[in-house]
Amino acid sequence: MTTTTLAVLVPVLPFLGAAAGLAVGRAAPGFVRPLAVLPTLAAAVLAVLVAVRQGGNTVIEASTQLTPTGSVPITLGLHIDGFAALVAVLVGVVASCVQIYSTGYLREDPRYASYAALVSLFTAAMLLVVYSGDLMVLLVGWEIMGICSYFLVGHYWETPEARSASLKAFLVTKLGDVPFLFGLFALATDAGTFRIDGILSTVASGGLDHPTLVALLLLAGVAGKSAQFPLHTWLPDAMAGPTPVSALIHAATMVAAGIYFVARLLPVFAASAAAMTVLAVMAAITMVGSALAALAQDDIKRVLAYSTIGQLGYMAGALAVGDRGAAVFHLLSHAAFKALLFLAAGAVIHAAGTNSLTAMSRTGGLAKRIPDAYWTMTVALLALAAIPPFAGFFSKEAVLVAAEHTALGERTGIPAGAGWTVLVAGLLTALLTAAYALRLWLRAFRGRGPQAPDHGRQPIAMTSVLWVLAIPSLGFGLGAAYLDDWFDGEALTPTLTTAVLGTGLAVAGGAVTYAVWRTLAARAVPAVTPPHVAHPDAEAGLVEAEALHLPHPAEDPADPGRALLGPLHGPAADGFRLDALYAKAFVRPVLGAASLVRFLDREVVDTYVRGAAGTAKGLGWLVRRAQTGNVQTYLSALLAGSVVLAIAAVALANAFAGA
Amino acid sequence: MHLAYPAVLAALLFCVGLYGVLARRNAILVLMSVELMLNAVNLNLVAFDVWLRDALHAGQALTLFTIAIAAAEIGIGLAIVLMVYRNRGTSDVDRLRDTAEPAESGATPESTDEKAEAAA
Repeated sequence: MTTTTLAVLVPVLPFLGAAAGLAVGRAAPGFVRPLAVLPTLAAAVLAVLVAVRQGGNTVIEASTQLTPTGSVPITLGLHIDGFAALVAVLVGVVASCVQIYSTGYLREDPRYASYAALVSLFTAAMLLVVYSGDLMVLLVGWEIMGICSYFLVGHYWETPEARSASLKAFLVTKLGDVPFLFGLFALATDAGTFRIDGILSTVASGGLDHPTLVALLLLAGVAGKSAQFPLHTWLPDAMAGPTPVSALIHAATMVAAGIYFVARLLPVFAASAAAMTVLAVMAAITMVGSALAALAQDDIKRVLAYSTIGQLGYMAGALAVGDRGAAVFHLLSHAAFKALLFLAAGAVIHAAGTNSLTAMSRTGGLAKRIPDAYWTMTVALLALAAIPPFAGFFSKEAVLVAAEHTALGERTGIPAGAGWTVLVAGLLTALLTAAYALRLWLRAFRGRGPQAPDHGRQPIAMTSVLWVLAIPSLGFGLGAAYLDDWFDGEALTPTLTTAVLGTGLAVAGGAVTYAVWRTLAARAVPAVTPPHVAHPDAEAGLVEAEALHLPHPAEDPADPGRALLGPLHGPAADGFRLDALYAKAFVRPVLGAASLVRFLDREVVDTYVRGAAGTAKGLGWLVRRAQTGNVQTYLSALLAGSVVLAIAAVALANAFAGA
Repeated sequence: MHLAYPAVLAALLFCVGLYGVLARRNAILVLMSVELMLNAVNLNLVAFDVWLRDALHAGQALTLFTIAIAAAEIGIGLAIVLMVYRNRGTSDVDRLRDTAEPAESGATPESTDEKAEAAA
């Protein structure tokens, strides 16, 4: 088969798997598991094959025109460069891991069939976004991901948290998608084509008339999908979905789409210095704010969610300083360790019977109960904290090096201020990231108190996936030297200054956290036992669904995050009260407008409808009075009418004859 | 003979019949009045047929039709009146008001009784 055929099969296979899974899910439950895992796995293998054949340097272009539109044509096309090939491999591998893990995690779930089909559809949409050579087709995948995230986040729709979280995820990303759509139209109008290569050549020849407007409109969509500063609020709440879904959304699909989109169209953004500055500021605020918030969260999955936002901030920062190689490199390594973190967190929640870090810190021996999750999560947290030689170190260094180059003015066309912003925020975030990573680890695995209940070993489908993902988390960074060819050819290897600075700050953050933890742990621990789920022996998915309801214990004085943040802790735990602000600024006006519309509908429009019915009824009542039942009355009326008509006819005839 | 005589006679007959249909209370007399009106029309048909000297005598032919149909009509009408009289004990048109709109919502028990009676 030609490489093009293989590449076409990559998004089509999971899509067919999803369609088949939805079709036969109820009728033949035995087929659901193979239909979920095999197409995704096959797509992953094919994506690897495509990447190998593509080799990083030759761009594969193939396209066929869809129906003529009359103006700007829409083509069904492939555009596979080094970025697309590698990101597709990542999507395929992570999605396969998630599907395999889900077979163990949601074994007893009654809605497993539709869940697995939606995960496949989600994967297919992301692969479409990755391979598409046409922005309109890319938008199709982009929107399918939006609706899939809505369904998957709301998987436990019996709980009000999951319902509102899914709605929030959908609406907030849509809020970004509307300007995104306008941006695409503006871009296509300027360039005269939706084809990515056509747009890039237009930009290269300076044919873009409104670069700042287009770039800012597109950035709104990117901020929504990739959870950047003003539109990031949906991501922490999306934790109401099952853990594998979080892993999928945070690692491979959805949030990666925004970064990937900017990486692909970077010249369009780079054409406007203002857009790059906005992106840099957005990334810096996102990084620092989310790291502070992560330090204050009590829910283990919310910590991870905020860390995702922060790491996406790094990627956005790399893009803001014009180095898409570093951004996609960090995207790849982050995907590996963040998928691992979420999947391991699922195992931890199952074993601990709670998702609260405070509750875990008062349970001893959790690490011994789930050794696989313990060790792999340790690896992933080290990668997240960017400790050498784990993957996160190399990719984060690549971002910092890129920022340093820009800051020192070695890169033309991009304001040095953007570079400084990203560099300072990145270094500060490195410190905070190490602090919250260590806090998570200490609170989850170094708790003191009664022993955790023993549920036996986790299913092999769950543990094996953890170790598979641990390999890239550990070793992916060492391949940095070979990745240059796949990207723009810029060196991704760390330099001494940033490596020493970044690692030093990370180590410092970790050391301070550890010291605070030791000091606080020495004090008396309150004897109150925090709540746990009622059925800790149930399936992992059911335990998690139940843990969603648990009240979080009151503030724990032994929490090192509390001591480190000081007065910032309260706002940070609330996500800096951004939700409350949005509720005041947007939700309440919308609710007010809705009640106004309701009033207009009920009291004004309906009045006419009711009036029409009432008038007809009243007239009918009048006419009914005439119906006496006496035939002679009717006949008299008939006669009178005939006489009147006859007289009128004669009179009119005379009148016309006379005239 | 001048056309005016039969025409005036027919008009008078028609008016008498019309008065009977609208004013008489007895159903049989109402039917008889209908016959009067029909015959007024028949008289007109014959008179104008003669006056126009119609070669086909369409007026006379139509009169024969009308007489035949009137005979059938009066047969059915009298049969209905007979049945009504047997059921109700009256043939007074003023008191046969089952199709009247009930005074207020829903039929009164009395009228439903009458309907059941009529159905029997």
